[in-house]
Amino acid sequence: MSLTLATDATAPRQTWLEKLGPGHVILAVALVLYPLVASDFFLTQIGGYSLIFGMLALSLMMLAGYGGMVSLAQITVAGIAAYAIAILGNNNSNVLGFGWPWWLAAPFAVLAAAVASALIGWISVRTEGIYTIMITLAIATATYYFAQQNYAIFNGHSGYAGIHAPSFWGVNWRDPKAFYYLCLGFAVLSYAAILYGAHSTFGLTLQAIRDNPRRMRALGYDVTAHKVFAWFLAGIIAGLAGVLLVWFNGRVSPGTIGVDVAIDVLIIAVIGGLRHPIGPFLGALVVVLMQTFAIDIVGAERFNTLIGLVFLVIVFVSPDGILGLWGRIKPHLAQESLRSGP
Amino acid sequence: MTRRQAWGVFWLLVAALVAWLVFAVWPDWLNAVLISKKAFVSAILNGITLAGLYFLVASGFTLIFGLMRNVNLAHGSLYLLGAYIGYEVANRTGYWLLGVAAGFIVLAAVGVVMQIFVFRRLEGDDLRQTLVSIGISIVAADLMLAVWAGGTYQIAVPEWLDGALTLPVITAVRSNGASVFLTYPLYRLVVLAAAIVIGVGLWLMLNKTRVGMMIRAGVDDRAMLSASGVNVHAVFAIVFAVGAGLAGFAGVVGGSALSVAPGEDIRYLLASLVVVIVGGMGSISGAAIGALLIGLAEQIGLVYFPTYGIVLTFVIMVVALAVRPQGIMGKAR
Repeated sequence: MSLTLATDATAPRQTWLEKLGPGHVILAVALVLYPLVASDFFLTQIGGYSLIFGMLALSLMMLAGYGGMVSLAQITVAGIAAYAIAILGNNNSNVLGFGWPWWLAAPFAVLAAAVASALIGWISVRTEGIYTIMITLAIATATYYFAQQNYAIFNGHSGYAGIHAPSFWGVNWRDPKAFYYLCLGFAVLSYAAILYGAHSTFGLTLQAIRDNPRRMRALGYDVTAHKVFAWFLAGIIAGLAGVLLVWFNGRVSPGTIGVDVAIDVLIIAVIGGLRHPIGPFLGALVVVLMQTFAIDIVGAERFNTLIGLVFLVIVFVSPDGILGLWGRIKPHLAQESLRSGP
Repeated sequence: MTRRQAWGVFWLLVAALVAWLVFAVWPDWLNAVLISKKAFVSAILNGITLAGLYFLVASGFTLIFGLMRNVNLAHGSLYLLGAYIGYEVANRTGYWLLGVAAGFIVLAAVGVVMQIFVFRRLEGDDLRQTLVSIGISIVAADLMLAVWAGGTYQIAVPEWLDGALTLPVITAVRSNGASVFLTYPLYRLVVLAAAIVIGVGLWLMLNKTRVGMMIRAGVDDRAMLSASGVNVHAVFAIVFAVGAGLAGFAGVVGGSALSVAPGEDIRYLLASLVVVIVGGMGSISGAAIGALLIGLAEQIGLVYFPTYGIVLTFVIMVVALAVRPQGIMGKAR
């Protein structure tokens, strides 16, 4: 219930570097310098992919962590942006493809995703807790089946292929390095927006609504409107991730927005931890690494079992994921150093 | 006229219309609009029998979730595992009924194990129950894929259930005056009958017996029930066993009517979710109404607008939620 409302106002003036904290600075330097040491495979398949799924899980973290609404439809929202890029821009599937330039198609795709997200939110905010999970799961599955069966808009089972990342300012953004920096840029932007937004008036109101909707209603806040707007904002982040995803894959099909992927996003967010916006990125990195290398450990096809078991262990041991695990271990480490010497 | 009476008249009119559509000989213009009477009546019957299957799966789900507040998103996995086990047993022993029994008993045992080792530890923590059961369903799906591979299995129905039944429904009148009657697979009607029997049985058990009273009391106030000398854990384990067993039973029955393949787990999980959301949590009659709506929507959609069938289901859910967020038969919380 208690909110850290006044801390920002009373804190002494800090330089922006101090405000950022050493952790963020080290992380930022490491991420910017990563391409110097990483191969192309590690740049896109691990780096770019983790950042994209980190953004998807971040949009879920925003809804779940600040709004108390756990959504399984974030990949659906991203998928709408991805399909919009394929439909508004160019594809080689001979269906639709209006040929809009990227600078027109991309903002439209993100907007479409955000509006769709608000719509999903509008349907699901009537419910709470576990019911929200179920309804968003039902929406995600229905959209998946619809995309698979509809040939007029979604081109059915095969979806769209031949979608190219744009080239501008003399840079081909599908190049591993360029694409990595593109993903990094948008991920950092979303991350910063969430950090800032959490302390904004809207963010604080949202968290207060999460903690006590009845009181906020009594105070005169429009609870539904705030929640739906939160969905809209989360939809922007998920939509950006969707645009990056379709540029990354070069194609989009019903499989992109399948139920397993929807659940993957939830797993990523939970494994990383829903307490802090960095959690989703942490979880994305862990899951993407596991998905890539589990094949070498447990053989060709059983890596889902491994991921499922790791997920089960983390949920059982620590409700707050890896971040929560770290939070539990840290005091022990600190004690260890105090106990130095026999 | 009161509101209740008005609704009564409305439903009476609907029933009369449906009865006329089913039993009368259609004029040509109606045949032209609705493809053919045979297609229409088949769609209705398919919808109702599919609803029977959905009800079997969803009734177990609504027992576990609606009554005990255990969020088990691995319910679809229970269905699929039951189907595979039923296939193996029926195939090896040659007795279909043995397969059905095995599906129920094995999955009831699995359910008890899940309740004791998983859900009892996470009591009252919805989100973690959800996540853990999702984790279980992922591992289960992968292991089932490892054992039974990606192929499609069909559980053979015994001879005495196979074949078609001639129904007293006239689909057309030949030029010589002889009427053509509709024939329908006997097995699907048996599934429907089983669903009705089980549904009535569950309703009676929950509403008219001491055990049902204890279950409902345990949901509302666990501490009080425990204080009055009832072993709450045992009651909940039994309910979980029945719910999971029903999923396994439905797996064998559904695997005989349709087929068994990877991915069915998600399909039936979704069906149960939608049925329970539309019908209302924890209500057996709600699950029946929900199953009927979804089954009919799916089959009618399949015949009249194939592309948008799945969307029709979805629209029903949204409309139901918009009008009654707690579900058609759900209690306001």
